[in-house]
Amino acid sequence: MKRLLAWIGVTALIFLLIAALAPGLLAPADPLAINPTQSFRAPSFDHLFGTDESGRDIYTRVIHGTGASLLIGVSATAIGIGLALVFGLLAGLGPRWLDFGTTRFLEVLFAFPGLLLALLFIVVYGPGVITSTIAVGLATAPGYARIIRSRVLVVRRAPYLEAAAVLGRGWWFRLWRHLLPNVAGSLFVLVTLGIGQSIVWASSLSYLGLGAVPPAAEWGAMLSAGRTYLASFWWMTFFPGLFIMISAVASTLVGRGLQERNRDS
Amino acid sequence: MTALVSVRDLAVDFGAAPVVSDVSFDIEPGQCVAIVGESGSGKSVTARALLGLTGGTVTASQLRFDTINIADASPRQLQRLRGRDIGFISQGALVALDPLRPVAREIADPLRLHGSLTAAERQARVLELLTQVGVPNPALRASQRPDELSGGLRQRAVIASAIAMQPRLLIADEPTTALDTTVQAGILDLLERLRAEGAAILLISHDLAVVSRLASHLLVMSGGRVVESGPTEEVLTDPQHPYTASLIAAVPIGRARFERLTNRPAAAVPVESVVMKPHSVEPASTEPASFDPASFDQYEVLSADGLCKRYGSLLAVDDVSFSLHRGRTLGIVGESGSGKTTLARLVLALERPDSGDVTLLGEPWTGVPESARRARRPRIGAIYQDALSSFDPRWSVRRILADALGGSAAVPALLESVGLTPELAARRPRYLSGGQQQRVAIARAIAPRPDILVCDEPVSSLDVSVQAQVLDLLDDLQRSLGLSYLFISHDLGVVRHMSDDVLVMRDGRVVESGPTGAVFGAPQHDYTKGLIAATPRLP
Repeated sequence: MKRLLAWIGVTALIFLLIAALAPGLLAPADPLAINPTQSFRAPSFDHLFGTDESGRDIYTRVIHGTGASLLIGVSATAIGIGLALVFGLLAGLGPRWLDFGTTRFLEVLFAFPGLLLALLFIVVYGPGVITSTIAVGLATAPGYARIIRSRVLVVRRAPYLEAAAVLGRGWWFRLWRHLLPNVAGSLFVLVTLGIGQSIVWASSLSYLGLGAVPPAAEWGAMLSAGRTYLASFWWMTFFPGLFIMISAVASTLVGRGLQERNRDS
Repeated sequence: MTALVSVRDLAVDFGAAPVVSDVSFDIEPGQCVAIVGESGSGKSVTARALLGLTGGTVTASQLRFDTINIADASPRQLQRLRGRDIGFISQGALVALDPLRPVAREIADPLRLHGSLTAAERQARVLELLTQVGVPNPALRASQRPDELSGGLRQRAVIASAIAMQPRLLIADEPTTALDTTVQAGILDLLERLRAEGAAILLISHDLAVVSRLASHLLVMSGGRVVESGPTEEVLTDPQHPYTASLIAAVPIGRARFERLTNRPAAAVPVESVVMKPHSVEPASTEPASFDPASFDQYEVLSADGLCKRYGSLLAVDDVSFSLHRGRTLGIVGESGSGKTTLARLVLALERPDSGDVTLLGEPWTGVPESARRARRPRIGAIYQDALSSFDPRWSVRRILADALGGSAAVPALLESVGLTPELAARRPRYLSGGQQQRVAIARAIAPRPDILVCDEPVSSLDVSVQAQVLDLLDDLQRSLGLSYLFISHDLGVVRHMSDDVLVMRDGRVVESGPTGAVFGAPQHDYTKGLIAATPRLP
């Protein structure tokens, strides 16, 4: 059952990846082409997901928006994990005062809800795709950092590191060959779980008008545009929302699957 | 007298092949029957069948406790039996207690479920039980949680809970494994007293020496079958089955140094050709490596002088000095908390001593910076009690050994020299048995051709039969490589069999030291005498 779920996740991710890298394959039309005579059409064979207020095909726009949305999610996670690695390794490997300082700093960041932290960053640096990506990365970093730190602390005291020291292996050897690979193993799962979350967050920022702005085909921005017509034309918000959900669920399923496999092997 | 428990043709299977088959025995009131065998022999499953706790499919022509047929009993009937008529002391005493509840609550559970005592009466009874099982200061202990108690006290709490309702049958599954020798002796005394008071006991252990004192009747199990059974004395003095004989031979206590504990021949591959060449740089104090045992005594490979190590207010190691010669074994025996492991870490220069020095091959070892030590690290190796956790979980056996050898070409031969098949190289250590894991650890330790091996409780978590194989392997390696061992164990029998000289440690101090024969033959210190008296032995 769990394997099946993981494979469903993998299939969905592959589909999203194709959409992101070669959207023309799945939706040959132009995502920005307007056709006022066809506006607000309900889903049909001509327009699978319907059309929006300017008569743009929502299916085409959702597919073409995949790249932007996934890119934001992946880069935000990369920024978050990158920052977290620095903090986590400093805290986990450094002297006690450094651990103390870093951990307190992370706790201060923790005290703010993640989204608030992201908003704060955008207030300072202005809205836009790049700033919102960095903002989401920043906001997720403290959580990862804490996990990495505790993992480093466990591995650092593991008997196999001591066994390596007894064999005469130096500090760098132990760090590169034993500590980092063992920390990275658990990180991989974190990343897949984190991408889904980042996509949702980045979309939320776009929805608030702080990330990608219309008419760009980005899921959060599309949600935002459809908000006005939510009562009468549900498909304008439903399908971008569906894709946000699919990508978040798919990456979570894959993450869970990896977790299970790590446990079994 | 009619038997309290009667089992005939018991078989248990979990889907595929039977795990236990054709097991029959009786237990009378006041009698102790023991099941002996190694891990996976089906002894625990057999015991659990009496409690209706096995799961799987249980079939038997008779599986009777008193007048109740356990195979047909309803869950409710079984529930009434457990804790009231049948007490169960489980294997993992250290994890059998709920960490969030005071032990008194745990002990009172059977009283609450099966008895009619009021809360105050239960409280009084709990204190009485704790006193009965020999827990000092029961009023304080009763209110504590399991993590505040030592292993021995926790085991006693589990026993107190098991005997709370004065059950007519007590099932003890490895009740003393992982406990110190003197604690073990106390628990065995306690079981003996309960037996004398009329309880029937089913004792399960991998160690013949442990059960031989208590049990009047033995069942030897192997591969899910009873290979031999009979009165204890008969089985021990005149074993009919070769497996029983090998179990008896595996008990190290009272066996001469270098006497083999198994009948396996030494490894086919000459180990000298596999591990690295002897180190060309010999320290000034020794001649080029000589493997003539007669000349070993002349070369001091390791010495410690006045070692002290303090952790906060605890003096973990207090003024310990010793000297170790080539090809010899220095045994260090002591119970948990005696400072043995701290001493090992000091010798391996993993901790810095507060005062005192270790000298390795005639040159200072602990007094110099790590950079000066690194080149000489390969000269001293280590094996640990928990071999598995000393391996990187991501590495295969091949990678572990290739890393230690500095190349993978010799890995198959190295595996064969420690009695493993080369096919194991592709696996990760966690898929190996405990004995195989320890062999891989030994292979890794000897790969750089060390002069000294620090062995910290290397066989303590192994079955007696596997322990015997590992001890024999260590003996073989010592002779073919001219190794010196610093052999640490809480098990006096093992240390006595392995060592030329011995240190007895207690609370960080050496209470007695000297040649093994002299120390154990004529102990001077009361603590040593107590340890010797507490060690279980074959009659």
